[in-house]
Amino acid sequence: MPVTTIADHEIHVDDEGFMTVYDEWDEELAKSLAAAIGVEMTDESWRAIRFMREDFKSEGHTPTLRRISTVGGFDTKGLFALFPKKPAKKMAYIAGLPKPAGCV
Amino acid sequence: MTAAQEAIIPKFDDDEEDSGRTLAIICSKGDLDMAYPGLILGNAALGEGVKLHLFFTFWGFDMIIKSRMRNLKFSPNGNTAMHMPVGDVRIPQALAPMPGMQPMATKMLKKQIADLGVPEVPEFLDHIVASGGRLWACRMSADMNHVTKDDLYEGVEDIINASDFIELTAGAQLLFI
Repeated sequence: MPVTTIADHEIHVDDEGFMTVYDEWDEELAKSLAAAIGVEMTDESWRAIRFMREDFKSEGHTPTLRRISTVGGFDTKGLFALFPKKPAKKMAYIAGLPKPAGCV
Repeated sequence: MTAAQEAIIPKFDDDEEDSGRTLAIICSKGDLDMAYPGLILGNAALGEGVKLHLFFTFWGFDMIIKSRMRNLKFSPNGNTAMHMPVGDVRIPQALAPMPGMQPMATKMLKKQIADLGVPEVPEFLDHIVASGGRLWACRMSADMNHVTKDDLYEGVEDIINASDFIELTAGAQLLFI
């Protein structure tokens, strides 16, 4: 498993760069992850990322965009604005989670 | 083992060339099982930053006619791949047209879809529109069905003819379902 260093944090990642160890993540690191992919974080972005972390903890897998919007109560259009083009993947990356596996 | 010299960061392909990709899906079927492939692929495309047009035509109109879109049906009739819920037992084709089979098969399929957290057609369209997908209705189908825009799901932008659709989807990748 590759190890990479982002903002002085040594983290385990998959071949693409998504984090693979849940507990290596913290919000300081998430700021750097967001910056690395050019995403500017807002209060709403943080709420969504925190929801994903909690949901992963209880469900065992990364929520899809549909789930983030229906279960988490986030506006889909808003998520596309906050995490342009590929919201689910970008959010998973910033949240230190694997890419969502579900289709919908 | 990759050393830590250079950070491994996913490539989200945000460059202009990639974001120019457009997918156009022609939804021509109104069976419950045939409504989903277009919705699932279209939704996936939007999630990948691909622009999406859905064009509803012929039987696919049932996906966007307000009074029908929630009641699409699934029939095992003519579908030899329809199995019993357990194992590889096929439903004999002779039984498929029997009374009660279609409602039962529809109910089963709806439950299987819901169990996966996949929404019903109207909510799926809501999600697609909120994600930036654009919906179009076919002029000829509208005339054949004697429906106007008022009869259609509100996310449908307009009723357009075949030429409009071809013009609109210049350079797009096309999928006919």
